[in-house]
Amino acid sequence: MIQWLADFFGGLGAPGLLIWTMIKIVAITLPLILCVAFLTLAERRVIGAMQSRIGPVRVGPYGLLQPFADVLKMLLKEVVIPARANRVLFRFAPLLTLAPAVAAWGTMPFSENVWLADLNAGLLYIMLMSSLGVYGIILAGWASNSRYALLGALRSTAQLISYELAMGFALVGVILLTGTLNLGDIVRHQTGSFWHWHVWPLLPLFVVYFISGIAETNRHPFDMAEGESELVAGFHVEYSGIVFALFFLAEYMNMILVSALAATLFLGGWMAPLSFFNELKISGMAPLGDGFLWLALKIAGLLFIFLWVRASFPRYRYDQIMRLGWKVFIPLTLVWIVVVAIGVKWSSLFGGGA
Amino acid sequence: MSEHHYQLNFGPQHPSAHGVLRLVLELDGEVVVRADPHIGLLHRGTEKLMEHKTYLQALPYVDRLDYSSMMANEHAFCLAIEKLLQIEVPIRAQYLRVMFDELSRIMNHMLWVGTCALDLGAMTVFLFGARERESIFDILEATCGARMHPNYYRPGGVYRDLADKMPQYQSSLRSASELAKKNANRQGSVLDFIEDFAKQLPARVDDIETLLTDNRIWKQRTVGIGVVPTDQAVALGCTGPMLRASGVAWDLRKKQPYAVYEKLDFDIPVGTGGDCYDRYLVRMEECRQSVRLVLQCVDWLRANPGPVISDDRKIAPPPRAEMKADMEALIHHFKLFTEGFPVPAGEAYAAVEHPKGELGVYLLSDGGNKPFRARLHTPDFVHLSMLAAMAPGHMLSDVVALIGTYDIVFGSVDR
Repeated sequence: MIQWLADFFGGLGAPGLLIWTMIKIVAITLPLILCVAFLTLAERRVIGAMQSRIGPVRVGPYGLLQPFADVLKMLLKEVVIPARANRVLFRFAPLLTLAPAVAAWGTMPFSENVWLADLNAGLLYIMLMSSLGVYGIILAGWASNSRYALLGALRSTAQLISYELAMGFALVGVILLTGTLNLGDIVRHQTGSFWHWHVWPLLPLFVVYFISGIAETNRHPFDMAEGESELVAGFHVEYSGIVFALFFLAEYMNMILVSALAATLFLGGWMAPLSFFNELKISGMAPLGDGFLWLALKIAGLLFIFLWVRASFPRYRYDQIMRLGWKVFIPLTLVWIVVVAIGVKWSSLFGGGA
Repeated sequence: MSEHHYQLNFGPQHPSAHGVLRLVLELDGEVVVRADPHIGLLHRGTEKLMEHKTYLQALPYVDRLDYSSMMANEHAFCLAIEKLLQIEVPIRAQYLRVMFDELSRIMNHMLWVGTCALDLGAMTVFLFGARERESIFDILEATCGARMHPNYYRPGGVYRDLADKMPQYQSSLRSASELAKKNANRQGSVLDFIEDFAKQLPARVDDIETLLTDNRIWKQRTVGIGVVPTDQAVALGCTGPMLRASGVAWDLRKKQPYAVYEKLDFDIPVGTGGDCYDRYLVRMEECRQSVRLVLQCVDWLRANPGPVISDDRKIAPPPRAEMKADMEALIHHFKLFTEGFPVPAGEAYAAVEHPKGELGVYLLSDGGNKPFRARLHTPDFVHLSMLAAMAPGHMLSDVVALIGTYDIVFGSVDR
């Protein structure tokens, strides 16, 4: 049916293509926002279980309606703009944070041939979009005209830029290994069972990437920009109501994005962990075969680590984060890139697959 | 203030201000150049109010000094009154006091480790600590009816003996079998529950230590941060864990024993570095030592029944049953709870090893039923005043660690 719809709108010419793209965007964004909603609930339940308490269970069965109650509360709250804030930028900043977080999903492959755009430079595009988010944070911190917010913005700018580097180097390893920036091709390069995944040859890069991802999304233990116990709420200390919710939406979308990217680049994307699953057929279909199910499971597993880390660790100090980024991660990734490069060259010289 | 310094008003509404600390920080980037603690936002005039209350009526105010270790506050106040009155406290009451002092210490340190870890970003520890505190609150509830402010110690002993029953968990969210499991150790007397609690606590402290003690991030945040050298700790008037973390084995329970501490067997942990990490280790070890003390008290209390309050009817109220038949008992009761008891003229200072340090109560009596002057020496006031000397040179995040490990409660700083 999807093919039929694509053909139908394609037949209408340029306006049809526009409508079809719009439909696809909505089809990606809406479930994503729902995922964010339930991720907040999952976070509270998971951390609750880790802290020997229950978490939200009162709103709806098993607390399932809690996210909607939260959104409703946020919507009904007044958006207070501080008197000496820059009103235009203050309103603009959350949008600038949210838009790249959503836009980055444009080239994410969900399954074989299921994506918004099959971009050849897909990986580059995602890197670009995830780097843009920092402008929203800087603007929010600056426009609030609050000392806590400004400190938070400063911290997060320095942090994001440093970890962007480590993250970029970690991705260079993947690019070297696969020779492509197309996310779909990167996944296809990992065809086969789980020992074909990139996580094994690139294990240090995977670890660095994921930790940098936690830092990129300003999550615990790298949440310097918010630093609840130091900066109260950091860059969004002056935000309230639905504008505040936009920041959270962006943060959680970025969390899912980082997990999705880690799953795609290192854990075989939509591939089943054992190729054997593709042969389990029920009336011609392989319900456990390669497909979105596996990607979703991998993302969920990585998101669980996000929550687990949040429940377990104290927060780093600002300079310690920078030290970790510059003095540990960047040298480590640089060394491993050389190792990967030598390995790739070696195998191309002497035959055999990389 | 030079112009490139950034002034940050830290508090009084701040998540790590531990109440209402207002700290005016001058920052050079993230590094603190000057820290100026402003106190007094929780000032309630406790000392002045005490001059207008009978001794018994003043007792609840002491609960509200350091509201995380109430019983230890009461102990100091009662000791000062008893010194003036020169009365004997029944031995069972002294054991009860020691037991509840140590439970207070556990309660205080559990809250402290939780909030301090929360300040440094580890949120789970707080919930773990709160769970143990909840058990102690239940003990207090069963013993004297109140959970937070027990008003349990009285001049001449304690309010009443331990109860035979523990309050039970009730919940609409948990199944009957789950509830039965949670209530399993609450079937016996309060003493049974305290014993069970004390026996389980070391494992619970282990849980917390697993999350923190060897955690790299925790160590990076605390080791070598806020070092108070031994001589400075003495010079600045540190007491309690703050002083012991700096390497001075000073503990009033050993040096000037009160109640029955000299009959009990316990050790005092001493640190070496005087940094935030040592303060943490000292407090965690104190929890384990408190468990030892509680268990010794439980054994003694189980074997030795007896009166828990002085039988001097001019000081301590008569039992309820006596009042039903005895006119004189009724008069005593009436006089005690209206005009109180007169206290001989003189002055007295009594100090206890409060979980936070040395808590001293100075009372000056003119022979009336109210103190002529009451003065409270609270440990965290002294510790907080060190902050201005300690904070410069540290980063903003370290100031949070400093305030956290000083163990400050504004109820007792501001009084």
